[in-house]
Amino acid sequence: MASRFTFGADEHIFVEVSEEMSLEAFFKTLSMTNAVRDANIKGVTEICPANASFQIKFNPDQIHPDDLMAELQRMEETADQAEPVLNTRIVEIPVYYQDPWTHETLMRFRERHQDPNSTDIEYAAEINGFKSVDEFIEAHSGSPWFVSMVGFVSGLPFLYQMVDRDRQIQVPKYLRPRTDTPKLTVGYGGCFSCIYSVRGAGGYQMFGVTPMPIYDPEQKTTYLKDFMVFFKPGDIVKWKPIDREEYDRCLAEVEAGTYEPRIREVVFSLDEFNKNIDETNANLMEALYAD
Amino acid sequence: MPINVKTAGFATTIQDLGRPGYYHLGIPMGGAMDRFAMRCANLLVGNDEGAAGLECVFMGPELEITEDVIVAVTGADLPPKIDGEVLESWTAIKVKAGQTLSFDYLRSGARGYIAISGGIDTPPALGSRSTYPIGALGGVDGRAVQAGDVLPIGSDKGTVKADQSIPSNLRREPGAPAELRVMPGLYWHRVTKAAGQKFFDETWKVASEADRMGYRFQGGSPLEFVDREPPFGAGSDPSNITDACYPYGSIQVPGGTEPIILHRDAVSGGGYFMLGTVISADMDLIGQLQPNVEIKFVKVNMHTALSARQERAAMLENVRQALA
Repeated sequence: MASRFTFGADEHIFVEVSEEMSLEAFFKTLSMTNAVRDANIKGVTEICPANASFQIKFNPDQIHPDDLMAELQRMEETADQAEPVLNTRIVEIPVYYQDPWTHETLMRFRERHQDPNSTDIEYAAEINGFKSVDEFIEAHSGSPWFVSMVGFVSGLPFLYQMVDRDRQIQVPKYLRPRTDTPKLTVGYGGCFSCIYSVRGAGGYQMFGVTPMPIYDPEQKTTYLKDFMVFFKPGDIVKWKPIDREEYDRCLAEVEAGTYEPRIREVVFSLDEFNKNIDETNANLMEALYAD
Repeated sequence: MPINVKTAGFATTIQDLGRPGYYHLGIPMGGAMDRFAMRCANLLVGNDEGAAGLECVFMGPELEITEDVIVAVTGADLPPKIDGEVLESWTAIKVKAGQTLSFDYLRSGARGYIAISGGIDTPPALGSRSTYPIGALGGVDGRAVQAGDVLPIGSDKGTVKADQSIPSNLRREPGAPAELRVMPGLYWHRVTKAAGQKFFDETWKVASEADRMGYRFQGGSPLEFVDREPPFGAGSDPSNITDACYPYGSIQVPGGTEPIILHRDAVSGGGYFMLGTVISADMDLIGQLQPNVEIKFVKVNMHTALSARQERAAMLENVRQALA
């Protein structure tokens, strides 16, 4: 997996670790961006890791672009040798699948969809070979997901399904992006799930909503008091299907300031995961629900 | 003593030089689209160059001033008026308590910058007063300016020479057609050689979707892509990539049809390939392009990008000297 280095004009270097998505590519991206951060290079102003690539913003008045490029290229070898182990956390995110709000929105933008006669989740279930939407929800919520990128807008997480590649759900994005998406929509595009942190435009298929805010610029939400953005790359997520009643209860708790997300500290080893995916995921579930 | 907003104009927002440092979380740096103009306006009124002012688009607001201040308007040719009298832009203007600042019709450019001595003193968010409406950060309660808003003004007023102005050779306006210098790169290899050549040869027009997030262009030929097997995670369209970061100024072409240059309020990433990036020296110019104006993309290398950047820095230094 040799990375491709390219300039984004005179203020950015873009590094594509791999054209295709994999957890290996994500871990190498993480190692390289950690190495850049630790190196504390003069002139580097922003380090932005993505799924299988990353971007460095720099001030060319402080470091010549060619010198920074050479320094980044030297770091690749070290990153290749880094052990893909992560001290992280697993978080339970409640999801009200097939909620009325995303349903209303998807009906409004039907002419921009591949299959105007079905809903987004019906379409996703069908093209992925599931017999029913319930079976699809079981697959979507059955295994944990890895936050492999935070971005697009305001703390939006991209999530990668932690299963064998042949079991991974893949759904194309809308034919033309919508101009509206409800806040906290759980979406899907390509091989990634996401949570729309704020209301706005979007091209991912819409499956449901979570009552749990993940971005709060006013920092009133109890678990967002330290920082307004909830997710960071490397977080692990478990979707928990909920019904309308539980959705309303969670929402009331959020508003009352008593909602506490279920979060547990875990250690994730990519090598162990690759050796035995089901066992690794079972251990993660145990860590999340043991107490 | 505050400023009372009588009418807001169109998409008038509070901006300073932005909040770098949070792009990895999808929060863009924001700040004035034409930073040179914002800095000049602040220098004219004796403010720190990074003080917050107003960025207005195509038309100006109407503001009631409630204390004696100095104001300056730069950027687009949007003549300021005090109590109805048309005055010079790029010039420090004394305004007395009770007077009203309004604007004549836009003559050229797209964005005017209004600085007020003391600077606008709304609460900063993540180190900046810049308005980022998508994330509800900065500005007035995270939004654009509205009629009825009361904008607080800072008390830290510097000293300025009355009526001084920025010499016309130090003001900057786009030519016609405007030229935007671009360094090919990022996913440039995804388009065929012929398509890449055409991109630079053809004349493009600014589309109506042109805002702080990005500028869209129309009128050139659709791009032809190099054949490939879609990489896992990228999506099946030839313009798709595995979702990645977007540099500021990067040019993405969804579906290969209409290029979009991401600007100060950029989305930080997504799944469309980019064929290159506008050089830092030309980013300010984009904010002054009106819809329908013609532009050419000009291919340059790093050497040119760095020289252009030095020229821009020298020009700003000349402004500082001229006003010192």
